[in-house]
Amino acid sequence: MTQISVTVNGVRHEADVEPRTLLVYFLREHLGLTGTNVGCDTSSCGSCTVHLDGESVLSCTLLAAQADDREVTTIEAMAEPDGTLSPLQDAFRRHHGLQCGYCTPGMIMAASSYLMENPTPTEEEVRESLEGNLCRCTGYQNIVESILDAAGQLSGAKA
Amino acid sequence: MATTEKLVGQAVLRKEDPEFLTGSARYTDDLSVPGMLWMGVVRSPYAHARIKSVDVSEATSMDGVVAAFSGADFDWAGPLLMAWPVTEGLHNPLHYPLVTDKARYQGDGVGVVVATSRAIAEDAVEVVKVDYEPLPAVVNMHEALSDDSAFVHDEFGTNESYTWANVQGDVDTVFADAPVVVKEHYKVHRLIANAMEPRSILVQPNPASEQYTMWSSTQIPHILRTAMAIATGIPESKLRIVAPRVGGGFGSKLQVYPEEALALELARRLRAPIKWTESRSEGYLATHHGRDQVQDVEIAAQDDGKILGYRVKIHANMGAYLMVIAPGTPVLGGFLFCGCYEGLAYKTEIVGVFTNTTPVDAYRGAGRPEATQAIERAIDALARRVGKDVVEIRRMNFMPPFTQATQSIGGLMIDSGDYPATLDRALELFDYEQFRKEQQARRDSGDSKQLGVGFSTYLENCGWGPSRVIGGILKYAGGGWEAATVRCHPTGKVVAVIGNTPHGQGNETTFAQVVADDLGVPLEDVEVLFGDTDVAPSGWDTYGSRSAAVGMPALHRATSRIVEKARKIAAHELEVADSDLKYENGTFSVRGAPSVTRTIPQIAFSAWRGHDLPEGVEPGLEESAFFDPENLVFPFGAHICTVEVDTETGEVDVTKYVAVDDVGPVVNPMIVEGQVVGGVAQGIGEALFEEAVYDENGQLLSSSMTNYAVPSATEIPSFVTGNHVTPSTTNDMGIKGVGETGTIASPPAVLNAVVDALSHLGVTEIPRPATPENVWRTIQRAGKGGSA
Repeated sequence: MTQISVTVNGVRHEADVEPRTLLVYFLREHLGLTGTNVGCDTSSCGSCTVHLDGESVLSCTLLAAQADDREVTTIEAMAEPDGTLSPLQDAFRRHHGLQCGYCTPGMIMAASSYLMENPTPTEEEVRESLEGNLCRCTGYQNIVESILDAAGQLSGAKA
Repeated sequence: MATTEKLVGQAVLRKEDPEFLTGSARYTDDLSVPGMLWMGVVRSPYAHARIKSVDVSEATSMDGVVAAFSGADFDWAGPLLMAWPVTEGLHNPLHYPLVTDKARYQGDGVGVVVATSRAIAEDAVEVVKVDYEPLPAVVNMHEALSDDSAFVHDEFGTNESYTWANVQGDVDTVFADAPVVVKEHYKVHRLIANAMEPRSILVQPNPASEQYTMWSSTQIPHILRTAMAIATGIPESKLRIVAPRVGGGFGSKLQVYPEEALALELARRLRAPIKWTESRSEGYLATHHGRDQVQDVEIAAQDDGKILGYRVKIHANMGAYLMVIAPGTPVLGGFLFCGCYEGLAYKTEIVGVFTNTTPVDAYRGAGRPEATQAIERAIDALARRVGKDVVEIRRMNFMPPFTQATQSIGGLMIDSGDYPATLDRALELFDYEQFRKEQQARRDSGDSKQLGVGFSTYLENCGWGPSRVIGGILKYAGGGWEAATVRCHPTGKVVAVIGNTPHGQGNETTFAQVVADDLGVPLEDVEVLFGDTDVAPSGWDTYGSRSAAVGMPALHRATSRIVEKARKIAAHELEVADSDLKYENGTFSVRGAPSVTRTIPQIAFSAWRGHDLPEGVEPGLEESAFFDPENLVFPFGAHICTVEVDTETGEVDVTKYVAVDDVGPVVNPMIVEGQVVGGVAQGIGEALFEEAVYDENGQLLSSSMTNYAVPSATEIPSFVTGNHVTPSTTNDMGIKGVGETGTIASPPAVLNAVVDALSHLGVTEIPRPATPENVWRTIQRAGKGGSA
């Protein structure tokens, strides 16, 4: 067993984990944070995206031990404590940027990290930023609009 | 308070969204219960192999392994359900959760392990020793039907499962006399649905009462309950199936899977909760695939392109077993090879074929995308043959507009249709003439990037379905009605219970819109419950675009009964005759004295107390309804796709996509547009990128998400959508279905556009999917004067 100390959504957790434990299963099965989803086993789909020290990472490609002494943020910490949605989450809702919801936490985490990097993206840039996040329901159009809206980059009446 | 503005027709934001957006939605794999054990399935690495022995001893000796079994350790009460014997003589192999004699596809289950953790179960699967004798694998349908083929199921002495035919009129005479006959050969390749949530199952037994709760990532909790009772012998009355949040289905979770029966049986045997979640790569082998047809399509026509007849022969790959509706999946398209066009005669013959591949069953559209791609591509071929424009050839062959049910040459009684209107609307949104000029300019300049446009004026049948019809001529074993209960609580809050189970379609919102309007209560006062056979005990679940077309009318019928009963109570309280009351927006008012009123919530309170009810009226305000439609519904529309094809690399870029759909009156335009756009995106993936590929030994080459091209945001364009409304005559709300239209309509629009872009190079056909390699090779062949 490996001893780790990880700060997740502002709370420090000390835990003993099997060395092979992936970060996503540490979050889901040890901490009960099941908002982070697993959609593949090949780092292809982006469903499991979380923030590690503020940057988006695939939690299925990291060992929990690699998050030792670092800060992880998951979808559960994106809304206000009273449940008020963040502007990005709210934009997803207003633009129907989700259907089954399974890819949504990963999309929100990837997009929020991307918008910190590039607060005024073009549509093309948003599409490129999402290349590692697959959605099978929406055809992406409304996800792209949601992100552009959150960035204040949606032109015309749609904003 | 009663609301006056109608919610039906508005782009109401989804009630369910906050749960998904904050990570609090619970999918099956998110659930755990105390004492839960993990199941792992031992799968055949061979496509076809005799099983000589299975040794689980090393697995059972591992720390953390609770039990391990081979197929021979189970004695099932019945096989996995196959519900659609499309012909009398159909060959249906008995299919059990684990095989004992031979493995018939790569991934066929031969053993099972149970362990205290997910990781230990995975490790234990690896040490189960199976002695296989590999057999020749039957991979493609042509070989499967040849005289020297091995048999997937030896007992039948053939790999043909069935031949089904639909014949209308004197086909042979029409073809013999026709001046023009176009013959096309299409391969509709195999696809993997890739719902983003992998399948997952959790079974909680109550050993004392012998009751079982199964949570499963399924589209069909009700059908599954019956199927599990058949397979395990556990009485249906002791089974509760729950589909919690389900992360997409697209037909892949319209299934009765071996793992569901296994988990249930193991929970009974081990008296412990059992959990199983597939890895994505495991799912590529073990979750059914879609499409996979070979089509020989003939159209007979006059010299001017007026169609006289259709003659189609389909070979449909069933894979290794007949899954729950597999034989019927191609049959769903068996009436549609004429699309929305006229003719004098029609014949479709479908041959279901066994191969040593993952079983094939419904994938979004199920049979209708296959038929639509055949007719919409073949009509382009006819246009080329007779020298007509692709728009003109469609117009001259459309069935004329109709508002009452009308018979098609394919044998369908279509509810209503106006095919020219959706094409007109699409052409308002797309400047066809200008595009042709730009296309010509590109051709003239010899640019390496060439432009093309493709049309798809589709018709489909959905809203599954009228029980008498599907159980009659279609020979489906189940029913097609839907069940709803509406319960008005004394505080004025309303619960609507429905037998459909959504997995992204937004039913919590759209169904609440209908109930809120019918009962005059605010949207937030309506809760829609579903997906749990103890909460919603009756229903036929979600597939075939049936929730709005069959479920909503059931709900509407239940609210009508609420209003009928409430009227009696209101009249009694107001001391007037029933007929003196006017009902509008949830309020009964006395004619001539409009300020004297009762609302539904007020009546609900009275009915709950029961202090002063009229003679013969029972307490409570709760009503149920079953709705069984008289017919299917028939959405249609016109889709236009433009592409830019790089003739040097073969790369195809979709530059514009216009979709105009007629799905009847729209309950929520935001959700309908979302269904269309999402469906079209899947169809673009089908046309250009995705393919499940086997090698000659039956090994799945596209074995994980790294080598199966689910499209990303950069590969899908933005869409222009428009709608047109022709109410269905099938239900009194006029609703048609929308869940599958995009996937049905779009692949031929895209493929026709690719052919159009290259037509000046002599290209008349493009293999699916139109990947850069396939496009490039096609251009090279055409350049050499070969048939392209």
